[in-house]
Amino acid sequence: MIRVQADDFDVGAEIAALTAGNTHIGGVVTFTGLVRDFAGNTAVGTMTLEHYPGMTERMLGEIEAEARRRWPLDASLIVHRHGPLAPGDRIVLVITASAHRQAAFEAAEFLVDWLKTKAPFWKRESGPRGDRWVDARAADDDAAARWQAPRQE
Amino acid sequence: MKVLYFAWLRERVGTGEEEVSPPPEITSVSALMDWLAKRSAGHARAFENRDIVRAAVNQEFADPADAVSPGDEVAFFPPMTGGRP
Repeated sequence: MIRVQADDFDVGAEIAALTAGNTHIGGVVTFTGLVRDFAGNTAVGTMTLEHYPGMTERMLGEIEAEARRRWPLDASLIVHRHGPLAPGDRIVLVITASAHRQAAFEAAEFLVDWLKTKAPFWKRESGPRGDRWVDARAADDDAAARWQAPRQE
Repeated sequence: MKVLYFAWLRERVGTGEEEVSPPPEITSVSALMDWLAKRSAGHARAFENRDIVRAAVNQEFADPADAVSPGDEVAFFPPMTGGRP
């Protein structure tokens, strides 16, 4: 399941909803991304996350489908927020559930690495020196490349 | 053809979306960028450095050589930077 929303999410409620009624699940891994107050050496006040409605949902869905092809997951969820966000705010949630922990851990890490490079989001940060669009970082591409491309572009 | 712009491309062009009718010889993403860049000073600035412009055709990532046709939804944007912890 994937959701793109401006509103915050409740991690506990999401886990409960995702796993309700499935007693085959033996382990749940969650990753919660938070807005940091520093980008490199620059203090960040608030930031705004812009996205491409339609394509965002499509890309998150493809990434999730790829994870489910690779690992035996009983349930999975990606929630990504957009709009104005402040340091400390939750920005992204990945939950994976499987009979055994290894699949859940690996799939969660795969999803986080890939959604950072494949999902059409753009971050604009407001700091003491004004607003700026954040540049893409090669480190994220490297992290995603560990998994090799799920498909050719 | 519907053309969408995101992030600083949107700011430079001055709109997030426009309906355009390029001539029939515009059949690729790169040709479309050349053609769009001539529409205004803002468009020219948006497309001045092609190395940092990414594209999608009908919501799928596209290369400069990929085809575009009337009725497509073509989007231009910088490399993505979302969701990074």
